Amino acid sequence: MTIALALEQLLNGIQLGVMLFLMAAGLTLIFGVMGLINLAHGSLYMVGAFACAAVAAWTGSFWLGLIASLACAAAAGAIVELAVIRRLYDRDHLDQVLATFALILIFSEGTRWLFGDFPLYLDIPALLQGVVTLPGDASYPVYRLAIIAVGALIALGLYLLIGKTRLGMRIRAGESDREMIGALGVDIRTLYTLVFALGSALAGLAGALVGALQSVQVGMGEPVLILAFVVIVIGGIGSIKGALYGALLVGVTDTLGRFLLPQFLALFVDPSQAGMIGGAMASMLIYVVMAVILAVKPRGLFPPAHA
Amino acid sequence: MVEPVLQIDNLVKAFGALRATDGVSIDLRPGEIHALIGPNGAGKSTLIHQICGTVRPDSGTIRFAGEDIGALNTAERAQKGLGRTFQVSSLAPEFSALRNVMLAVQAKQGSSFGFFRPVMRDRSLVDPAMAILERVGLADRARLPAAELSHGERRQLEIAMALALQSKAFLLDEPMAGMGPEGSKRLTGFLDALRREAPILLVEHDMDAVFALADRISVLVYGKVIATGTVDEIRSNPTVRTAYLGDHA
Amino acid sequence: MLTRENTVNLVLALLLLVAPLAANAFGQPFYVTLATRIAILALAALGLNLALGLGGLVSFGHAAFFGIGGYAAGILSSHALSYEPMIFGLPGTVQMPVIWIVAVIAAGLVALAIGAISLRTSGVYFIMITLAFAQMVYYFAISWPAYGGEDGLSILVRNQFPGLNTMKPLSFFLVCYVVLLAGIGLFALIRASRFGTALQAARQNETRVATVGIHPYRIRLTGFVISAMITALAGALYADLNRFVSPSMLSWHMSGELIVLIILGGTGRLFGPVAGAALYVAFEFALGGLTERWQFFLGLILLGVVLFARGGLLGLLAGKAKHG
Repeated sequence: MTIALALEQLLNGIQLGVMLFLMAAGLTLIFGVMGLINLAHGSLYMVGAFACAAVAAWTGSFWLGLIASLACAAAAGAIVELAVIRRLYDRDHLDQVLATFALILIFSEGTRWLFGDFPLYLDIPALLQGVVTLPGDASYPVYRLAIIAVGALIALGLYLLIGKTRLGMRIRAGESDREMIGALGVDIRTLYTLVFALGSALAGLAGALVGALQSVQVGMGEPVLILAFVVIVIGGIGSIKGALYGALLVGVTDTLGRFLLPQFLALFVDPSQAGMIGGAMASMLIYVVMAVILAVKPRGLFPPAHA
Repeated sequence: MVEPVLQIDNLVKAFGALRATDGVSIDLRPGEIHALIGPNGAGKSTLIHQICGTVRPDSGTIRFAGEDIGALNTAERAQKGLGRTFQVSSLAPEFSALRNVMLAVQAKQGSSFGFFRPVMRDRSLVDPAMAILERVGLADRARLPAAELSHGERRQLEIAMALALQSKAFLLDEPMAGMGPEGSKRLTGFLDALRREAPILLVEHDMDAVFALADRISVLVYGKVIATGTVDEIRSNPTVRTAYLGDHA
Repeated sequence: MLTRENTVNLVLALLLLVAPLAANAFGQPFYVTLATRIAILALAALGLNLALGLGGLVSFGHAAFFGIGGYAAGILSSHALSYEPMIFGLPGTVQMPVIWIVAVIAAGLVALAIGAISLRTSGVYFIMITLAFAQMVYYFAISWPAYGGEDGLSILVRNQFPGLNTMKPLSFFLVCYVVLLAGIGLFALIRASRFGTALQAARQNETRVATVGIHPYRIRLTGFVISAMITALAGALYADLNRFVSPSMLSWHMSGELIVLIILGGTGRLFGPVAGAALYVAFEFALGGLTERWQFFLGLILLGVVLFARGGLLGLLAGKAKHG
C-alpha cells in the first residue's frame, strides 16, 4: 500500500461524503423545519440526474444540464410539496413514511415511462476532464476534486444562508417555534414550500454531479437515500452541522473500509478469503459505526437543542 | 419522631441561569397530607419531575421509604411504591377505564410477561380493578374508553390507578384542576380518607381544598421553600402573605 | 359474540380457504399459488402488525427478518441436498418444521440485537435506524458469496412437511393457511394478554406505563422480537413458495410493502394483514395484467388511502376498532 493510493482513497471518501452531505442537508432541513420524514428525497436525486443527462444530451452542454437539474428538482419538489407533502405535516410519521413511499413508486415508474428501462449516460464536461498530480505521485480526476469543491461551497452557502439572511432567520424560527413564526406574520406555507424546493434542488444537484460518474438509472437514489439517513441519524436529525460531519464520517469510513479491511485481513488469511470476508465486513462497517454512536449518544452527535 | 416516607434534601436543578429548584428540602410523614403551593413558575412541576425520576437533579438527595432513589428511573420508583397522578390526565386513551386500572394491577403484581391468558377473563386482575373503580365512584363507567370519560372522571381514574399500585405515598399534581364545585367537594372528601392509606404530597391551586385537607403546607417561590407549617401558621405568615397569598386570599 | 368485525374476519378466513379449494377443483393451480402468496404475505404483515399496530413501533426494517427466514430455508435445504455439513458439522435439512424453528430462532436473535439498539430511540430515529440495520443485512447477503450473493439461492425441491406432498400446490397452500391461522390465533391471544395490554399501553401513553412501574423498553423489545419471529416464519414459507431466495427479500422495498399491507388492511386489526395482502395481490394481479408499470398505480392508490382512507379496508367494512 502506497501513500498515493491511500490519499486517493481518502479523497474518494471525502467526495462520497460531500455527495451525502448534499442529500442529508435537504433531508435534515426538511425534518428540522417541518418535522417531516421524506423517503422520496432519493427520487428528487434521480430527477436531477435524469434532467441533467437528458438536457446535456439534447443541447450538448453539461452546464445547461446542471442548471436543468437544479430547476427540475426544485420544481418537482415544489409541486410535490403543494400537492401532497403539505397535507402530511400534521400527520404521524407512519403516514409520512407511507405517503412518501408511494411517491417513490410514482416517481420511479413515471421515470421509466418517460425514459424507458435503459440507463442514460452523462459525460464529464471537457473543462473538468483529465487528472491532476498530487503529492506522492498520485494522480486524481479533476472532476472529483470539483465535486468536493462544490460541496464545500454549498456547505458555506448554507451556513451563510441560515446564519446570516432573513430567510435563514425564518427557517431557524420555524425550527424552534412554529406558532411564533406564524405570529410574526411570516407566511409559513410559502416558507415550507421554499425550504422543500431548496432541499430538492440540493438533492437534484447531487444526482446530476454523480450522474457523470456512474450511469443514470431508476432506483439510483435509493442507496444514497439510506446512506443519507445513516448520516443524519449519526449527526443528529435537524442539524446541518451534524449532517456535514456525519456525511464526511460515513463517506470516509465506507470508502477506506472497503479499501483497508480486505488488505488488513490478508495479513491473516489467504487473499481470496480476505477479499470475500473483508468485502462483506466493509459493507456493514458504517452501520456498526452508527450503532456504536447511537449506543453512546442516542440522539446523534449534534442533537438540536429543542427536539 | 416517625421517619418520613419521602425526604427531599437540598435539591438543586438549574436550567441555564434559571435555578428552577434552589435547595429545596421537604418531607412527607406517614398519615399526613402535605400541600405544596406557590405561584405559577415557582418550580412545582420541576420538583415533581425530579421526585418521579423524569428529570435528574443537579445535586441533593431524594429518599423514599428509607432508601436513596436518586439513581432509579421512573418505572423503578413506581415499583418502590411512589404513586403519581398528572396535572394533565395521563391514561391509555383507547383502553376502557377498567383496563387502565387493570394495567396498574398487573404492574403491582409484577407480571407483565403473560402472553396467553386473556386479561378480561383473569379474575385476579378484573376483581381488584373493579373494586377500586367502585371505591372512586367509576364502576358504572368501567367499560367506557378513557378518552370518552369526562375531565373529572379521568382525574378519578388516575387516582384509581395510583390506588391499584397500593402506593406507599401519593404524589397528586393538581387533582382539582378543571373539576366543578361538586366534583371538587367529592374529591376533597375522598382524599381526606385516602391519607389513612398512605401520605399524600398534594400540589394544588385550589386554596379551599388545600386549607380543608392539608396537615402541613410548604410554599414554593422562585425555586425556594419560603415557609413550611400548619394551615394556621402559613395563613398568618407575613412572608407568605406578601409573596403569595396576598394576591389570592 | 359475533360483532361486525368478527363477521368480516370470518368471511375473510373462509374466502381465503374456499377460493383455492374451488380453483383446485376446477384445475386452476395458478390461483392456488396466488392464494398461497396472500396467506404468506399476510403472515409476514401480521408479524409486523404486532410491533407496528399494537406497539406503535414503525419498523422499516422487517424485510431483514423476512429475508432471514427465507435464507434459513434456502441454506438448510442446500446443505441437505449437497450433504455438506454446516458450521459445527451440523447437517442441513429439508423438513419444514425444523427449518421454521431455525428461521424463528435466527431472526429472534438478530431482532434482539437490532431492537436493543433501535429501541433506545423513538420516532423518526427508530424508523431510520431499523431501515439502516435491515440495509446492513441486505448488503451482507449481497457481498457474501457462499450462498449465491447477489444472484440468490435456488431451492431445487420444495422442502417437506411430514405426511404431505408439498409439491402439490393445494397441499402447500393448506400448510401455509394453517400456519397463518395459528399466527392469527397467537396474535389475538397476545393482544388480549397482560403483555399485550402493556405493549398497547406503551403505544398509547409511554409515561403512563412507566408510572405504574412497567419498563416500556423491555415490553417493546419483547414485542419487537416476537414480531420479527412471526415475519421470519413467513419468510421461510415464501422461500419455499418461490423455491428461491435472494437479497430482494431483504430489500427496503420489501419492508415498505409489509407496512403497505398493514395500512391497506387496517392498522392494528386482527385481520388487517389478511385483507391488506389480499388487496395487494389482487392489485398486483389485476393491474399487472394491464400494464408493466402497475406500481405507478399502486403508488397512487396508496397515496389515496393514506391521505383519505386511513382505516384501511377493515375500517371500511367493519367500522372503527374497539378495545377491551
